[in-house]
Amino acid sequence: MCVADTARDVSGNAHCKSKEAEIKRINKELANIRSKFKGDKALDGYSKKKYVCKLLFIFLLGHDIDFGHMEAVNLLSSNRYTEKQIGYLFISVLVNSNSELIRLINNAIKNDLASRNPTFMGLALHCIANVGSREMAEAFAGEIPKILVAGDTMDSVKQSAALCLLRLYRTSPDLVPMGDWTSRVVHLLNDQHLGVVTAATSLITTLAQKNPEEFKTSVSLAVSRLSRIVTSASTDLQDYTYYFVPAPWLSVKLLRLLQCYPPPDPAVRGRLTECLETILNKAQEPPKSKKVQHSNAKNAVLFEAISLIIHHDSEPNLLVRACNQLGQFLQHRETNLRYLALESMCTLASSEFSHEAVKTHIETVINALKTERDVSVRQRAVDLLYAMCDRSNAQQIVAEMLNYLETADYSIREEIVLKVAILAEKYAVDYTWYVDTILNLIRIAGDYVSEEVWYRVIQIVINRDDVQGYAAKTVFEALQAPACHENLVKVGGYILGEFGNLIAGDPRSSPLIQFNLLHSKFHLCSVPTRALLLSTYIKFVNLFPEIKTTIQDVLRSDSQLKNADVELQQRAVEYLRLSTIASTDILATVLEEMPPFPERESSILAKLKKKKGPSTVTDLEETKKERSADMNGGTEPAPVNASAVSTPSPSADLLGLGTGPPPNAAPAPASSGSLLVDVFSEPASAVTQLAPGSQENFASPDLASSELVSEEPSEAARGADELTHKFVCKNNGVLFENQLLQIGLKSEFRQNLGRMFIFYGNKTSTQFLTFTPTLICSDELQSNLNLQTKPVDPTVDGGAQVQQVVNIECISDFTEAPVLNIQFRYGGTFQNVSVKLPITLNKFFQPTEMASQDFFQRWKQLSNPQQEVQNIFKAKHPMDPEITKAKIIGFGSALLEEVDPNPANFVGAGIIHTRTAQIGCLLRLEPNLQAQMYRLTLRTSKETVSQRLCELLSEQF
Amino acid sequence: MQFMLLFSRQGKLRLQKWYVPLSDKEKKKITRELVQTVLARKPKMCSFLEWRDLKIVYKRYASLYFCCAIEDQDNELITLEIIHRYVELLDKYFGSVCELDIIFNFEKAYFILDEFLLGGEVQETSKKNVLKAIEQADLLQEVSKHTETPRSVLEEIGLT
Repeated sequence: MCVADTARDVSGNAHCKSKEAEIKRINKELANIRSKFKGDKALDGYSKKKYVCKLLFIFLLGHDIDFGHMEAVNLLSSNRYTEKQIGYLFISVLVNSNSELIRLINNAIKNDLASRNPTFMGLALHCIANVGSREMAEAFAGEIPKILVAGDTMDSVKQSAALCLLRLYRTSPDLVPMGDWTSRVVHLLNDQHLGVVTAATSLITTLAQKNPEEFKTSVSLAVSRLSRIVTSASTDLQDYTYYFVPAPWLSVKLLRLLQCYPPPDPAVRGRLTECLETILNKAQEPPKSKKVQHSNAKNAVLFEAISLIIHHDSEPNLLVRACNQLGQFLQHRETNLRYLALESMCTLASSEFSHEAVKTHIETVINALKTERDVSVRQRAVDLLYAMCDRSNAQQIVAEMLNYLETADYSIREEIVLKVAILAEKYAVDYTWYVDTILNLIRIAGDYVSEEVWYRVIQIVINRDDVQGYAAKTVFEALQAPACHENLVKVGGYILGEFGNLIAGDPRSSPLIQFNLLHSKFHLCSVPTRALLLSTYIKFVNLFPEIKTTIQDVLRSDSQLKNADVELQQRAVEYLRLSTIASTDILATVLEEMPPFPERESSILAKLKKKKGPSTVTDLEETKKERSADMNGGTEPAPVNASAVSTPSPSADLLGLGTGPPPNAAPAPASSGSLLVDVFSEPASAVTQLAPGSQENFASPDLASSELVSEEPSEAARGADELTHKFVCKNNGVLFENQLLQIGLKSEFRQNLGRMFIFYGNKTSTQFLTFTPTLICSDELQSNLNLQTKPVDPTVDGGAQVQQVVNIECISDFTEAPVLNIQFRYGGTFQNVSVKLPITLNKFFQPTEMASQDFFQRWKQLSNPQQEVQNIFKAKHPMDPEITKAKIIGFGSALLEEVDPNPANFVGAGIIHTRTAQIGCLLRLEPNLQAQMYRLTLRTSKETVSQRLCELLSEQF
Repeated sequence: MQFMLLFSRQGKLRLQKWYVPLSDKEKKKITRELVQTVLARKPKMCSFLEWRDLKIVYKRYASLYFCCAIEDQDNELITLEIIHRYVELLDKYFGSVCELDIIFNFEKAYFILDEFLLGGEVQETSKKNVLKAIEQADLLQEVSKHTETPRSVLEEIGLT
C-alpha cells in the first residue's frame, strides 16, 4: 500500500533519537518534496499523490505545512479514485479557508456532485461537511437540499447530504433558504433506513431550533418513531441494536429534537408519556448484558429522557420518578453515573415539582463532597448543593461548603468562595451570620476571596445599620490574630473607619487600641491596602478627635510624607493638611459616614456568571450575544445618575468629575475605576478621595468590580436604542464596555455643527492589532448628516487609549443614528463590535428664551395639524420635577418658567439648526401625578422634526 | 460534537478532527491543553470533565486516548459509546487495531471516521453499513492501482 510506504519513509524520524534529529530529517524531506513540486518535470498522478500523502503525514506528526494545496486540488480533480480520495483528505485536513483555492476546489466538488457516482458524491459531500466554509455554503447551499430530497438519491448519499447541509447551516444560516424541501425532510423521520432517519434527525433538530414553526410537524412523527423503537424487541432492529439496546443514538436524537418544542397536544402527549414511562421502567429491569456498553447505551437514553421530562416540567409524576432514578445513581458504583446524576439533579432542583424531592438527597450529596476521589465529581456535588439550597437548609449547606473549602482543590476554590458568599447573602435571615460567614471565608481561603466578595460585605454592612456594630466588633476580634489575611485588613480598615465609634465605648477596643491594631498591620500590606488604611486614619481623625495628634504624627513621619509611592505620599500630604486646617464642621462633612449603596444585583453573582461564561471555542458572534444578554438581564436599569442630569451643559466634564461633586456624594460618580477616569479627571482633589473606598481602593480595570461603585460601566452594554436614549440629554459618558474594550464619548455641539471625541481604551494587557473603527451611515442619513474623521492608529497597546475626533455637520433633519463599527484582532481572534453613535437631532438645539405672551402667540401660529405631534405615555421613572427640568435643559431647549398657567407643567422653546434650515420648536410637558402619566406636545414648523423630537424626549421620563 | 482527538500515552497526537472553524494556532493550543489535562487524570476517574464551556468525554483504549469535546446540551454517555463504536470499526477493519495501524494507515482512520461521523453528528451507526462503504472504496482503489504504471524499485529507494 502506497500510503503506508510513504508514511514509513518519513517516519524513520518518528523513531529518531532526538527532537533535533527529527526536525532535521523532516526539513530535508520537506525540501525534497518542495523541489519535486517546483521541478521542471511535470509529476504524474502517482508521484503527486505520494508526495501529498507525505505532506499530510508530516502535518499529522505536528509540523506546519504551508504548501502542497495546489497539488492536492489537482489530485481531487483527477478521475482516479485513489488520487481523488487523497486530494480530498488533504484539503479536509489542511484547508485554509481564505485561500483562492476554494474556488478551484468548489469546481471539482461541483463535478463530483453531478457525477451521479455515489462514491464520488460521498467524497464531495464529506469534503463540504469537513471544510464548511462560507464560500462553500455560497456555492452549494442551494444544491444540497435538492440532492437530499430527490427520489433517486442513494441512502448513503442522503445521509451525507443531510449532515452536510447541517454543517453549512451552522456556519452560514442565512445562506440556507427554507423552502418546499423542508416538509420532505421532516418526512425522512418515517424513512425505512434507520441510518437516514438518524442523519435527518440531527438536521431537523438544528433547523427546528431557529425555525420552530416550519418543523412543528416533526413532533408527532418523532414521537411515533420513538415509540416504535422503545417497544421493539432487542433483535428487531438488527445492526441498529447496540448491545441489546435498540437504536440508542437515534433514540437520544429524537428525544433531543422533542426538547425544541413545548409538550405536544394531548393525543401525542399520551403516547410520549408512555414512551418515557417505558424508558424509566426499563431502567429498573435487570441488565441484558454485563458489558458496560449495554448499560451506557441504556442510560444514555434514560438521561436524555430525563432531560426531556425536566425540559417539559409539566408532569409531576414523571419528575419525581426521574428524581428517584437519579437518587439511585447517586450511590452507583460507576463514577460516570454518579457524575451525571449529580449534574442532572442540578437542573431538577430548579423545578418547583421536584425541588423538595431533590432536597431529600442532601446527606448523600454532602457525603459525595467528602468522599469522592475525583475532583470533577466533587465539583458537581458543590453545584448541586448550591442548586438545592434554600432558606430551610442554607445554614447546613454553607457550613458544609466552608468545611470542604479547607481541603478543596485549588482549581475550584474561587468558585466555591463565590458560591458561599452568594448563598450567605441570599439566605441570611440574620446578618450577623452573614458577616461571620464572609470573615470565615477570608480566614480559610483569603487568597481566593476576590474583590467582589469583600466589596459586597462592605456594601451590605453600610446599607444595614442593624449589623454595623456587630461587624465592627467581629472584625476587631478577627484582626487580633497574629497573622491575618490582607483582605481581612482591608475589610477591617474600611469597617472600623466607618463604624469604629460603635465599639469605642469598650475600653478593650478604645480608639487608640483600634488605631494601633490597624497600624500594626500597615507595614505588611501592599500599596492599595496601605492607601485604604490611610483613608481609615483620616476618618478616625473625625470619629475620634482624641487621637488626632497620634494620627498626625504617623502621617507626618518620613515613611509616609516621603513615600516613594506617589499615591501614598499624596494621601499622606493631603490628609495631614486636611486634619490641620479644616474646622471640625468641615471635617465632619467631608468625612461623613458613607451613604448607602444603591441596591442592585450582587456583583458576585455577575462574577460567577462571568466565570461560567463562554470561552473562545464557541462562535464569536454567539459569545458576544450571550455576553450582552447576560449583562442586560443581569443588572437592573440603574436610576438616572443624578450628577449626570444636573450637569448637562456641553462643557460639563465627563462623568461629572471636573465639577467636583458635593462631598457627601463623592463615592458615586467619582470612583468609576475605569480607563476614562485617567484621561478626564484632573488630579482629583482631596475632597473627592476621602471615603476610604473611593478611587484607587476600588479602582480596577475589571468590569465586574468597577460595577460595584460606578453607574456608568454597568450601563454600557445595553441595547443599542436604549443606549442612544441614555445620551439624548447628555453628551459625555461611557458608550460601550466589554471585557476587552471601553469606548467613551465626549462631545460638544454649536448650532448645526458638532465635534465628538471617541476614546477607545484597551482594557487588556495585550495589543489590539488592525484596529479599525468605521462610521456607517445609510444613504439617507448621509445626505442629512455629514461626518468626517481621520483613521486611528491600527495598533492599540495594552492598557492604552486612543482618541478619534469626529466632526459633525447637520445638513437637514434626520431620524436614524450612525453606527460605529470597530474591528480588531485580539490574541489571534477577530473581534467585531457595533454600536449606535448617539448623534440625535436635539443636539443641534439652541435654546430660546421668551415671555409667556410670545410663547402662546407662536404656539397658536403653529396650529397646523401636521406641525403638532403629541404623545401620552406612562412615566418610566419617578416623577421628580427637578429631574424633569434638568432633562429638558439637557435636551437642548430653554426651560421657560412662569409661562404655563399651570405651574406643574413644563414648557420649552428652541431652534434646531441645520445647514438648510432653522426650525423653531416649542414643547409642552404635562405631568399627571395620579395616573403616573405624561402628555408631551411638540409644535415645530416641520412635521418630521416634531415627530422625531417627540420620540426622543418621550423616552426620557 | 466540536472536535475529536486521538493521542498516545506519550502525548503524541495521532488523529484530529475539527467540526468547528478554528485557527491553527487555536487548535494547537487546545490540543496541548487537553492532552495535558487528560493525561494527568487517574485511571478510575470519571470519563467526563468540564473544560472552558465544553464537556470533554474521553476514554483510554490500550495506549491510545480518544477524546471528544461536546456542547453543553449533548449527551455524555452516548458520546462515550460513539468512541467505542469507532474503536470497534477500526478493530474490525484492521483486525485488532493497534496504535501503529493508525499511524501508518492514517488515511483509513480518517475515511472510517467520515463514514461514521459527519459534521460532528452520527451519520451511520450500523457497523455493517460503514464497513461496506469502506470496502467498496478499497475495491475502487485496487482497480485504479492496477491501471497505474508500475514504479521501478530503484526509484522508490531513491526517494527515501
